[in-house]
Amino acid sequence: MISSTNPAIVATGLRKSYGDKVVLDGIDLMITEGTIFALLGPNGAGKTTTVQILSTLINADGGSARVFGNDLTRAPDAVRRLIGVTGQFSAVDNLLTGRENLNLMADLCHLDRAAGRRRIAELLDQFDLTEAAGKPVSTYSGGMRRRLDLAMTLVGEPRVIFLDEPTTGLDPRSRRAMWHIIRALAAEGVTILLTTQYLEEADQLADRIAFLDHGRLIAEGTPRELKRLIPGGHVVLQFADQEGLDLAAGTFEAATRDDAALTLQVPSDGGVGSLRSLLDQLERASISVAGLSVHTPDLDDVFLTLTGQPDTRAGRPDHERAPAR
Amino acid sequence: MSTLSFAVRDSSTMLRRNLLHMRRYPSMTLLLIGVPVIVLLLFVYVFGGTLGAGLGPTGDRADYANYVTPGILLITVVSAAQGTAISVAMDMTEGIIARFRTMAIFRPSVLTGHVLGSLIQTMLSLAAVTAVALLVGFRPTANLVEWLAAGGVLAMITFALTWLSVALGLVSDSVETASNLPMPLILLPFLGSGFVPTDSMPTPVRLFADYQPFTPVMETLRGLLLGTGIGANGIIAVAWCAVISVACFLWAKALYNRNRAA
Repeated sequence: MISSTNPAIVATGLRKSYGDKVVLDGIDLMITEGTIFALLGPNGAGKTTTVQILSTLINADGGSARVFGNDLTRAPDAVRRLIGVTGQFSAVDNLLTGRENLNLMADLCHLDRAAGRRRIAELLDQFDLTEAAGKPVSTYSGGMRRRLDLAMTLVGEPRVIFLDEPTTGLDPRSRRAMWHIIRALAAEGVTILLTTQYLEEADQLADRIAFLDHGRLIAEGTPRELKRLIPGGHVVLQFADQEGLDLAAGTFEAATRDDAALTLQVPSDGGVGSLRSLLDQLERASISVAGLSVHTPDLDDVFLTLTGQPDTRAGRPDHERAPAR
Repeated sequence: MSTLSFAVRDSSTMLRRNLLHMRRYPSMTLLLIGVPVIVLLLFVYVFGGTLGAGLGPTGDRADYANYVTPGILLITVVSAAQGTAISVAMDMTEGIIARFRTMAIFRPSVLTGHVLGSLIQTMLSLAAVTAVALLVGFRPTANLVEWLAAGGVLAMITFALTWLSVALGLVSDSVETASNLPMPLILLPFLGSGFVPTDSMPTPVRLFADYQPFTPVMETLRGLLLGTGIGANGIIAVAWCAVISVACFLWAKALYNRNRAA
């Protein structure tokens, strides 16, 4: 899938504050052409601000960035010709129909009439919007709006696409459909920077992930590399009584016990072999277990380990945020 | 393509977008025509008899219909300007503006689209209001050239006030504010020569009335349509329109280009 190592986006030391509030505190990014890069973090971490800066919507207070070698501040129009942005808040014209919205984009991308019409028919078909094309967007469902939004972004065939929380607020089926579309775009060689607060989404889609917290990048790597950053998985044994817990704690010396919950956490890679030997040991010691769960490290663990605190904000949908203006 | 042809092409694309909006929601246009028509009917049929008598020894309701029409035309322009401020402010709350800002297009085209769209909308409103004025007794003496000149004067003041209302729409943080900010403009035809001659006013009010921009515009229209004297008012009206247009264009452009994301 990664056919080149040509950098599509290079950013160094991006900083941005609003008043006293530091939103971005020196961000460095290097995103290879044709890859999916996920910017992951809780609300207020600076994800949207990063996208707004890289897509020329706002200026950074410090640092610099280039898209395919074009400097954001010195050649913004050259950058704009290469990028497409689908923001968190649907960037469609509600008073127009789906087709009129796409027409508007074709005109603004300066496509000639025939090419524009061909491209629009193609996109309507690809995004399953042909039937709804003549209806005003105000009658569209959330999933349809999001698809139209992305289709509008793609009219000009951008080489870099910014997707700011592309699946926030979508139902599971629409989310899967969106993932499918994103993968297909990357397969065509489009570079994608997406932001998400869903760890699973980053894990599913991204070639590389960067964790953003309070305006700083706290880790960056492939999903596999990031998972390796934290201690391995474990098996949690649940007991019916104190006696069982005591017995088991004696058997597994490396385990950590939780007397209040009557559980024992045994380090394990979660594989079938180690599970079998664990069960054998329990069998031999005649310990009865009330329940068992296998825990393999996921990005949540990585995030919690890196931030050193359970982050209650991650994963919460952010309906309460005001639209960016 | 050169910058100029991009500017023209993108502006006309945005104009098409605004015209589509108007076609899809004609209620806004009707509402904007409604205000001046109601004021016209009120002033001709309720106050017209008394006010007409004040115009001179032979003055009557018919004379007042002639006198008040230029003022009503400016009320029409102001009413439409209020609509422009509202639609600009509404547009700015939409995510699509952020999309336009990230595209390689002629940057002010969003604004020029609004201005050209409003200009067309206002000229149509003016035609409709003029038709109603003719029905209620407005009897212009203008020839074709004078009609065209009056249309030109109205287009100029519309252009100026539209840029002002675009700026007011941009400076507003909500649609409600945008709807209220242009309100005081509707008083200007009253605080000028729109409804009664300024020499009937007490000195401080008369001074304001004589030197504010609407009075020379209304006097020029009156001269062109009814054959009263224009004098220096024509030049003063053109100058005011030019100054307001340029200043408000620059203001609107600066407002549009500032970083609004937060």
